[in-house]
Amino acid sequence: MTWLIHILNGLAFGMLLFLLAAGLSLIYGLMRILNLTHGSFYLVGGYIGLTVMQFTGSFVLALIAAVVVVALIGAVIERFFLRRFHLDELPQTLVTFGFLFIFSDLSLWIWGGNPLMLNVPHIFQGSVPMGYYSYPYYRLFLIAVGFVVAGGLWWFQERTRLGTMLRAGVDDAEIARALGINVSLLFTLVFAAGAALAAFAGVLAGPVLSLYPGADFEVLIFAFVVVVVGGLGSLRGALAGALLVGIIDDFGKAFFPQFALFTVFVPMAVILVMRPTGLFGRQ
Amino acid sequence: MTALTIDNVSKNFGGVAALSGISLDIESGERRVLLGPNGAGKTTLFHTISGNVVPSAGRIMLFGADITRLRPDRRARLGLARTFQITNLFPRLTVLESVLLALDGASGCGMRLVASPSNARVMDMQAHGLLERWGLAEASSRIVRTLSYGEQRQLEIALALAGKPRLLLLDEPTAGLSPAETRRVVAMVHELPRDMTIVMIEHDMDVAFELADRIAVMHLGRLIAEGDQAAIRSNQQVTDIYLGAE
Amino acid sequence: MTARLWSIAGAAAVLVLLVALPAFLREYSIALATKMLIFALFAMSLDLLLGYTGLASLGHAAYFGVAAYTVALLVVRAGVSSGLAFPAALAAAAVTGAVFAPLALRARGSYFLMITFALSQVVWSVAFGWRTLTNGDDGMPNVVRPNFGFSLDNTAAFYYFTLAVVGVATVLLVAIVRSPFGRALRGIRESESRMRALGFDVWRYQYVAFVLSAAFAGVAGALYAYYNRFVGPEYLYVIQSAEALIMVILGGAGTLIGPAVGAGVIVFLEDFISSLTQHWVLVLGVIYVLVTLFAPRGLIGLVNDARRRWSAK
Repeated sequence: MTWLIHILNGLAFGMLLFLLAAGLSLIYGLMRILNLTHGSFYLVGGYIGLTVMQFTGSFVLALIAAVVVVALIGAVIERFFLRRFHLDELPQTLVTFGFLFIFSDLSLWIWGGNPLMLNVPHIFQGSVPMGYYSYPYYRLFLIAVGFVVAGGLWWFQERTRLGTMLRAGVDDAEIARALGINVSLLFTLVFAAGAALAAFAGVLAGPVLSLYPGADFEVLIFAFVVVVVGGLGSLRGALAGALLVGIIDDFGKAFFPQFALFTVFVPMAVILVMRPTGLFGRQ
Repeated sequence: MTALTIDNVSKNFGGVAALSGISLDIESGERRVLLGPNGAGKTTLFHTISGNVVPSAGRIMLFGADITRLRPDRRARLGLARTFQITNLFPRLTVLESVLLALDGASGCGMRLVASPSNARVMDMQAHGLLERWGLAEASSRIVRTLSYGEQRQLEIALALAGKPRLLLLDEPTAGLSPAETRRVVAMVHELPRDMTIVMIEHDMDVAFELADRIAVMHLGRLIAEGDQAAIRSNQQVTDIYLGAE
Repeated sequence: MTARLWSIAGAAAVLVLLVALPAFLREYSIALATKMLIFALFAMSLDLLLGYTGLASLGHAAYFGVAAYTVALLVVRAGVSSGLAFPAALAAAAVTGAVFAPLALRARGSYFLMITFALSQVVWSVAFGWRTLTNGDDGMPNVVRPNFGFSLDNTAAFYYFTLAVVGVATVLLVAIVRSPFGRALRGIRESESRMRALGFDVWRYQYVAFVLSAAFAGVAGALYAYYNRFVGPEYLYVIQSAEALIMVILGGAGTLIGPAVGAGVIVFLEDFISSLTQHWVLVLGVIYVLVTLFAPRGLIGLVNDARRRWSAK
């Protein structure tokens, strides 16, 4: 039975990672940008959700507020700071790193250094009995949300025109524009969407993991690991990688607490060495 | 002696047959031109000769040595040089540095962490000589990406010649050049040593007929005609393809 | 005066300044200058790989940290003399580079970045988790500085030691990038396929660049271990690798002097701004964003632009 608990924990954590990795991968797949600010989107989103929930008591409002605000921030960053460095990786790295620092300090300033947690929304309070144990509804909800989002993103990618454009991985902006695609708008929308997913994850994570200074860096590293294992630019890869990492991390913490992080990085290194583009990445 | 033997070479890219059973013999010192409409597989064939693409079937022999699976740099050290259809230079280096690299690569001296002054002077002289012959002497300290398209194409060829190759592959050397620049390239190719074997992909028929000893015509990955100028001019299939395609 | 004479004069002036520094700075500042030199070397070592060969690594802290831990382990656990630990640390860093290079070189671009990140994180997690060997998170104190007949415990004495080591390393690095080998690296950075067509064994050049780069990073790591008299897992963490990357980018990749300046600037700013406000991270972030906007080729890029405009008059 403990195995099941561990797997469920791994899945729940994995789903949060998936939300982050999906955004990161989406942004990379289209724009070839490794967005270091992604961790900030998660943390700031979580903090905003926390504040909104403190004022309104509504989890739904918290989610909406976080997603909208962070998406706007993302759009602004893309439009005014990243657009001009299209395909120029070094300035992109420096500027996204700069924003990571900026948001890290600002959120410390505004929300302080103590770890904060959101309250589990009413409907999901309580747990379902499983043998000797009981498993929190909220975590099951997380797993469900993850699958729904994954399904939604998959549908979007495979079945809509916009999704096809994304899959084509606008490798040549000139050709894309010639085909009538508003590349600039697409870039901004995708970046904002990625940021929104991260913020969404931040609020959802609020009740299970806490929000604290430094969580942005930690979560960014995990997201990187997932995206790298799954394959840059691949949605399937983000899901596979996230669930794999989530489960490995949980088992690692449970059985090798001293080496917990090692258990995540070694499979990552091994996979990468065998397949440098990750499990599902493009060659 | 046969400089280049292409023996029944085929190449498939995921179900698409880019090359099907190509067989060619090119004699030492010959000037061979490859003709064919776009998509005929000419550049793919070049890639198999230079090592950028490994054939799915068949063999390639360079001066009697089987090079089918040899890496590009090994082939270069055996005396093979090529230019690229899409200019492939060193954007942020200077013209002089580019030529020095070409000379370094050809000398095959291994890695030198220290440059002896006398060696450096010799190479410098060689580099400047090369640039003079190709009319790039004044541009020697300019950064490659600031050169005009014509100058870049000239540099492409100059780099390929730096190592005094035995077999030279020219991939559309006159593409995009003005008539004056084209004449200059043709003149330079005429002046190349007669013991250098040259295979050229060309679209400009005048250039092709002016430079070629023999011509090979490709279409949809196959070799459809081979012979001297007269034979090709009178070949009905060839005329059909060209009249149809252009 | 020709450009070359200006460069030599400039270098000489900088050297004189660096040597005279301890005479008019207080102890705290001398220590800070020492730290600036150490990170200048670390950044330059990464520049060899990133700026000259075109391989962006997010795992450079691995060699930095392996060297530091080698010093700590030999001195604290094995009682080896501190001075002897130095070459051992260099060797350890080079060997780590030699082992990681074939793995990392299976990829290019973003994937290369990822693999180097992954490999260095594995090393970090070993240092973090193997408490019996490394004390894990608590780190290893009591790393003694070398004694070559005179003690290096004095801040100024250690500064001169560092200056000498970094100076020699810099001369070597300059020689490397100016050599035909260095030119070949730049050619590889610009176009691997062109280099192969010219007869270069590209992989071998990248491999050597990788190992050299790791070795120089190791020198910096050993120096840092002596500087702090302490080694902890943070030496190996991705943040350290990211900082090195930022130093190179901020200063100007592919120039050697750019990253050295970038490192000096960042180390100095971290110290200076944190003494002015607790929000130094915010200030640094803003500076990074501003530098990107106004100096996308780095600080040295700005200087070069100014020089070009000056000589165009």
